[in-house]
Amino acid sequence: MDGLDARVRWISAGGWVRNSVTTFGALSWSGFRRYSTYRQATIAGAFTNTVFGFLRCYVLLAVVAGAGGSAPGGYRPDQLATFVWVGQGLLTVVALWGWTELSDRIRSGDITADLLRPVHPVIGFLAPDLGRAGHAMLFRFLPPLAVGALFFDLYVPGRPCTIPLFALSILFATVGSLAIRYLVNATAYWLHDARGPMTLWTLSSGVLAGLSFPLRFLPDWLAITLWIATPFPGLLQTPLDVLIERDPPPRQLALVALQAVWATSLLVLAVLVQRRAERRLVAHCG
Amino acid sequence: MSLIQMHNLRKDFTVRVKAGRFRREKRIVPAVNGVNLTFERGEMAGYIGPNGAGKSTTLKMLTGVLTPSSGDVRVCGLQPVPQRTKLALQIGVVFGQRSQLWWDLPLRDSFSLLRHIYRVPADAHAGRLKRCRELLDLDDFMDTPVRQLSLGQRMRGELTAALLHGPSVLFLDEPTIGLDVVSKQAVRSFLAELGQGGDLTLVLTTHDLADIERLCRRLVVIDHGSVVHDGTIEALHARYGSHRRLVVDLDVPLPEGFAVPGAELLSVEADRHRATFELVTTQVGAVVSELTALRDLSVVEPDIEDVVAKLYRA
Repeated sequence: MDGLDARVRWISAGGWVRNSVTTFGALSWSGFRRYSTYRQATIAGAFTNTVFGFLRCYVLLAVVAGAGGSAPGGYRPDQLATFVWVGQGLLTVVALWGWTELSDRIRSGDITADLLRPVHPVIGFLAPDLGRAGHAMLFRFLPPLAVGALFFDLYVPGRPCTIPLFALSILFATVGSLAIRYLVNATAYWLHDARGPMTLWTLSSGVLAGLSFPLRFLPDWLAITLWIATPFPGLLQTPLDVLIERDPPPRQLALVALQAVWATSLLVLAVLVQRRAERRLVAHCG
Repeated sequence: MSLIQMHNLRKDFTVRVKAGRFRREKRIVPAVNGVNLTFERGEMAGYIGPNGAGKSTTLKMLTGVLTPSSGDVRVCGLQPVPQRTKLALQIGVVFGQRSQLWWDLPLRDSFSLLRHIYRVPADAHAGRLKRCRELLDLDDFMDTPVRQLSLGQRMRGELTAALLHGPSVLFLDEPTIGLDVVSKQAVRSFLAELGQGGDLTLVLTTHDLADIERLCRRLVVIDHGSVVHDGTIEALHARYGSHRRLVVDLDVPLPEGFAVPGAELLSVEADRHRATFELVTTQVGAVVSELTALRDLSVVEPDIEDVVAKLYRA
């Protein structure tokens, strides 16, 4: 059985970092490929986001009109329109809702296959999720934004640092979102069915992340508390505020740094929860 | 040194049972109850037992998925749970009822991804994949997404996926479950060929005893979490007194009171023109020489399923 000889070296030569980057890249690419196979779903999703973009945009512009010339939350009409349309695109990039892959695999016992790979399960889900986010950037973020730009005056950022900060902010938002989704899904290790925590997450994340309305509409004390004490604003509100330059550059930078702290902390927490779960794991179904 | 060592391996599960309107009681269920086993390099062993006997639980502890309640286990010199990631590079696992492939991706992409996950050199990967493609006839569906494969095709893909990183040990948990006859034969032939190399240690759990007969010299039977037999299939037959049977067709009826020392008459049929003997301590010739007007005969080997059923019932 040459060619299947167990004595053949199995680890590639090369540095640990290079190998890790290659593995991470391959897993990310697999995430991109997986989502690119569902073309009709992508088109339907982008269309739905666009329709809801019109609804949300008109509601918020009506709020501005009703404010009698003042800028609610400190936003001008073009900033609010951009907030809505970019938000509609980002919604699927950060994937706030609908991800049940981990809890499904825990419930069915398929998590066993993930644990048998030489990659930590958190990394095994994070890397493909970044690939998925890359696919969503191309096919779910850009179409609604292009439609929004056709029908509304959108805000064009003027500072050179804004676009790189926005890109970083999307990255941290996606990582933070995956870590929270991982934690919510991981409750299935204990509860066997994560639908309860998932519903709670779906209800709270839309409001607390700034999807339902910009968090700057809230009183300052509440908005600041939410920003510092919870990871939710970092999932959507922060990248949008960074892009529309709602704050001066130092505060833009501080908001992205806060996102980074939250994303890292949540990832570490996901690793700890996974470790804890593995100690009491009962792999179901034979 | 043995490649797989289990010493007093034990796994208890806690089950809560209703003990009143508002009360629940904790009950400890031992799934694996002090198993001591070793497997050598190149050995092909069958691990069987009735449902709930502890086969899959043992396998999960050997692969590092489940933490043992007590006891010591080493696979390839590693402790499976704390060193699971390292161990994953040295073992291959196929669960008949699970998939390690990516549902949405074509088989080819799954294999390529596994190369990166296991960090296999490109040449070694290409060599192993080529061999598997030849032996398992993968070429017809290499570009088909896994979700569209038949069970037989998927199982061939699973076997390939488990072997591409060149593992020293291959754990197979019911690899032929649900497969048609042709697919079962293909899988068995492939595994038999793998075993001939002599490098790969193969531990197979199954309910299909034909898998064991075809592939394994050593048979371990587990029941209620304990090993009840560890040895060859022949030893199992000897232990449970299963013997070959002789079926004879006669031109004239078998005489009343016919007896041969060492052979037990089990049944007579067709107006005493057909008789079945169990050869307890004697051979075919001894019985045949006593018979007159013999038209035809056949010798039936003892059925392993009967023996194992006896064992399970015991």
